[in-house]
Amino acid sequence: MLELAIGIILGCCALGAGCAMIAGIGPGIGEGDAVGKACEAIGRQPECKGSVTSTMIMGCAIAETTGIYALVIAILLIFVAPNTLVGVLLKAIGQ
Amino acid sequence: MKDKNLRFRIIDGLLIAMMVLPLVAAVVLQIVTKPASEGITITGARVFFTIPMPLMDLVISEAQVNAWLIMITILGACLFLTHGLQVEGGSARQMAAEWAVEKLDGLVAGNMDPIFHASYAPFVGAILALSACSSLMSLLGVFPPTSDVNVVAGWAILVFGLITKNKLKAGVGAYMKGFLDPIPVMLPMNIIGEFATPVSMTFRHFGNVLSGSVIAALVAWALQSLSSLVLGWLPGFLGDFPLLQIGLPGILSVYFDVFSGCIQAFIFAMLTMLNISNAYPGDDVVQERRAKKKPVLAK
Repeated sequence: MLELAIGIILGCCALGAGCAMIAGIGPGIGEGDAVGKACEAIGRQPECKGSVTSTMIMGCAIAETTGIYALVIAILLIFVAPNTLVGVLLKAIGQ
Repeated sequence: MKDKNLRFRIIDGLLIAMMVLPLVAAVVLQIVTKPASEGITITGARVFFTIPMPLMDLVISEAQVNAWLIMITILGACLFLTHGLQVEGGSARQMAAEWAVEKLDGLVAGNMDPIFHASYAPFVGAILALSACSSLMSLLGVFPPTSDVNVVAGWAILVFGLITKNKLKAGVGAYMKGFLDPIPVMLPMNIIGEFATPVSMTFRHFGNVLSGSVIAALVAWALQSLSSLVLGWLPGFLGDFPLLQIGLPGILSVYFDVFSGCIQAFIFAMLTMLNISNAYPGDDVVQERRAKKKPVLAK
């Protein structure tokens, strides 16, 4: 029974980490859009290349934030959560 | 410039040692404390020892030690670049120092209110240099301090303090009233939004550096497995040697360590400047408040 409970915890942590990384879609779309628009802007005004590029990199890094949050959650779920949750389980059943 | 005396050269040598020795110390510490059997693993900062404190144990970990070492290196570099400054002419290192200071001043002038130029340029420069150099430390194979959340959270809390200090320039009453801004119902949202700034700054920087090291470790591990699968039949040393590990991790490191680290340092400094600048209530408000205050003091 205990093995089953621990197995459920580990499996759910892995599933949760996988589900959390669905958030990677958002930054992907956003950054692609930003880079596409920056290319358009450079095509229209090649003399602005420097400032457009630096603004784009800045914007991309900020758009990346939500993806990074998801990644932090996923990493926590894989490396930290199983130990903590199994500890909680063992404490609850008094072992 | 030819007749540099002995004292000048000795101090130069000491400063160069101050720049190089901390990095050597970090590498040596890594080699001494990391068990060789560990191989490729994904771990947090190793804890060296803990100092018992009344409220909570003070944990001295790899991240803190490396952060202090890189601070000594940066201090050494600053002292070395500014050693022997001259009003006219000047050596190559003086030119480098002047170039760095000019660039930094230009960056701060472009992004902050004019009243902040002089006072905040050193702070922003310190954050920029510390963050970039800490992330670049992973090129030496040691633990980069920025991939520990506590280090970055410390900087973000510092920035949060400065933001609050600038917001308070409008007066405590106005600051409190700001939380009720469009309508009083927004109070919880505004409080969360206030604390979201440091949290998001922390996790953006920390997550980027951490994700780089995790992905690099995973790729290195996968290549090791692959090469032992493909080349494992070779006899002796050749079979154990992870030949496929050569190359790809280096290319990944250029992106994750160099590019991502520098970009994140820049973003952190940029957000510091913008947040502090936006927090300032504006010259007219501060002047008005001073004008109100003065008669009270006169009484």
